[in-house]
Amino acid sequence: MKCDIILAGVGGQGILSIAATIGLAAVEKNLFLKQSEVHGMSQRGGDVQSHLRLSDREIHSDLIPEGSADLIISVEPMEALRYLPWLSPEGWIVTSSLPYVNIPDYPGLEDIMTELNKAGNTIVLDADAIAKDLGSSRSGNMVILGAASSFIALPFESLENAVRQLFKRKGEYIVELNLKALRAGRDAAGRP
Amino acid sequence: MHKQLLLGDEAIAQAALDAGMSGMYAYPGTPSTEIMEYVQASPQAARDNVCRDWSSNEKTAMEAALGMSYAGKRAMVAMKHVGLNVAADAFINSAVTGVNGGLIVVAADDPSMHSSQNEQDSRFYGKFALVPVLEPRNQQEAYDMVFDAFDLSEKYRLPVLLRITTRLAHSRASVGLREPKPRNTQSLPSNPRQFVLLPAIARKQYRALTGLFETLPADGVISGWNRLSKGTGKTGIITCGIAYNYLLENITGHQDDYPVLSVAAYPVDKKMVALLVDSCEKVLVLEEGYPMIEEQLRGLLDRDVKVMGRLDGTVPRDGELNPVIVAKALGLKTTTGKAVPSMVRQRPPSFCKGCSHADMYAALAEAIKEFGPGRVFSDIGCYTLGALPPYNMVNSCVDMGASVTMAIGATDAGLFPAVAVIGDSTFTHSGMTGLLDAVIKDSPVTLIISDNSTTGMTGGQQSQATDRIESICLGLGVSREHLRVIIPLKKNHEENVAVIREEIMHHGLSVVLARRECIQTASRNKKAESAAKNKTKE
Ligand SMILES: Cc1ncc(C[n+]2csc(CCOP(=O)(O)OP(=O)(O)O)c2C)c(N)n1
Repeated sequence: MKCDIILAGVGGQGILSIAATIGLAAVEKNLFLKQSEVHGMSQRGGDVQSHLRLSDREIHSDLIPEGSADLIISVEPMEALRYLPWLSPEGWIVTSSLPYVNIPDYPGLEDIMTELNKAGNTIVLDADAIAKDLGSSRSGNMVILGAASSFIALPFESLENAVRQLFKRKGEYIVELNLKALRAGRDAAGRP
Repeated sequence: MHKQLLLGDEAIAQAALDAGMSGMYAYPGTPSTEIMEYVQASPQAARDNVCRDWSSNEKTAMEAALGMSYAGKRAMVAMKHVGLNVAADAFINSAVTGVNGGLIVVAADDPSMHSSQNEQDSRFYGKFALVPVLEPRNQQEAYDMVFDAFDLSEKYRLPVLLRITTRLAHSRASVGLREPKPRNTQSLPSNPRQFVLLPAIARKQYRALTGLFETLPADGVISGWNRLSKGTGKTGIITCGIAYNYLLENITGHQDDYPVLSVAAYPVDKKMVALLVDSCEKVLVLEEGYPMIEEQLRGLLDRDVKVMGRLDGTVPRDGELNPVIVAKALGLKTTTGKAVPSMVRQRPPSFCKGCSHADMYAALAEAIKEFGPGRVFSDIGCYTLGALPPYNMVNSCVDMGASVTMAIGATDAGLFPAVAVIGDSTFTHSGMTGLLDAVIKDSPVTLIISDNSTTGMTGGQQSQATDRIESICLGLGVSREHLRVIIPLKKNHEENVAVIREEIMHHGLSVVLARRECIQTASRNKKAESAAKNKTKE
């Protein structure tokens, strides 16, 4: 078993909380894990990505080879497209539909959606709206993770446990909000 | 064995604590910053009272670490690759003095320049100084090598260079931890003149160092990290550090086809290299960084063995390696997904919403407009983003502190006005000495210190400059009359333009201190405060 995931977004959007959740879940399941992150310059509103690799065998490269990612998880629609060269032909894209516009020449949203649909197996959802409905506008990331959960080679309960562990410090209320967001994302994606 | 998910940086930090480190010194710099951040946040470090302070720059950090070593204790210093340029004087000489307590110098290189001005390869510094260099292939080795590095350092009385690159520094994996070792007690060097590099002493010690260096390749610990594996193929492969992982990514299952020498410690034993080269027709060298081993193999004449690598185009001459580059170098098939649609735009880093630097540049742009472009010397930090649209204001960014001194030279050449823009942490890192030069000549430079009271670019570490800038400037001799303080806010725009213009017009040195807290640190502090309040409520 191997599961190679590209996490994408814009610096400051907090893709690392998604990475941390998957990481904790992988540890619980005793899987091998490598997760390379971006720190530094591009965290100032630039494009950021993280390579996350899970396997039941030893993982060598910290970077995913092009053409072999099983999944792109993106918290921003244009950023999902930036990593298409890494996606395998059978791979899936799960992305938020909410654009993060901090550049003057940001493309039209319709054009982005057209490209996303052309790209292959894509799930687009308004994660922030779903999070807001739950009364937790900052849990959009967990909604996206929930929507992607069926493509990650981990039981959903492990992801739930990881959320509990990750947010424990912030109290029971925050843990519950994030668990709700995770489940809402899974339900919105409509996959078993 | 207890296991923990750690970044390469964090593995080094935890290992140093477990290996009996008494003190760590550093100046932040991507991708090395998380080493000190981890030590500072570690309950183990707090319990054991491990010294863990940021220093003003890499040189002061290196020297403090050497001082701790002098007193017999284990010390570590960490920096990004260009930081080693700043620390180089102390570093090179520390090989001649030698050490007392174990001393590790961590240099984190940044091939592909994700967050740097260049991609220099710190392994050359190890060779230059004549000290052992360890270059871990993965997070576990990063952890384990720290123990060996301290032991080697104390065995040979030499500092040991631990070289990592961005991908290892910032990639997380599970690491098995050992039982912590006790820390050294204080003890003076047995030879009271060991650290006194007067020429007569230095000559003797340097000669001993050159002799010692020749023996290092045969050291069992050093050569033990380098692994030779036989293979049936006629192309031998030498990998350095994490390049080995990209090789394995491509040849797992067919390892028996490839004779491989996987290097992780230097100087490399010639006998090992000969064993590989003599059994092959060609040798492919895969190095994360400069073609160092490749050049050594080729030698000046480059005609004995057929060597492939960065110098003949088998591997790109610059930039970091990845699995695809290595596959191509091996002549293996590669895959790629769909192309990036042309509508996907570049998204360069930018000022945060509400950043004080942005308001400072808005005022500076207006104040300097009438003089035309080409007059703003800047430095390294978030404020360098003033080079990008819509400001397009920055004409130089070279090395920490160069804004002040390049402006001095330009005014000496007749450029007037000339403005230098520097951040608060960069100012105390390397700007103060240049300012003294400007004071003495009364150079017609306007120095804007854009003080956001933090080391912003690297994630908001404490800045040594906080609350000290006025007294530093006055102490260096800046005139009180031309030391102006402004608050970069939109509502103060007109006033700020006027102040900057007045000082630009002054035919002598002025300092404009533009001070407003970084909005990232401000919001983080606020969050921490309210969290603390909530805690007390509970
Ligand atoms: C010699 C050297 N050390 C460290 C760095 C990494 N570095 C780049 S910018 C920066 C922080 C600058 O802080 P400050 O001057 O306060 O500006 P800010 O980013 O807060 O605007 C650091 C540590 C470097 N580029 N060169």
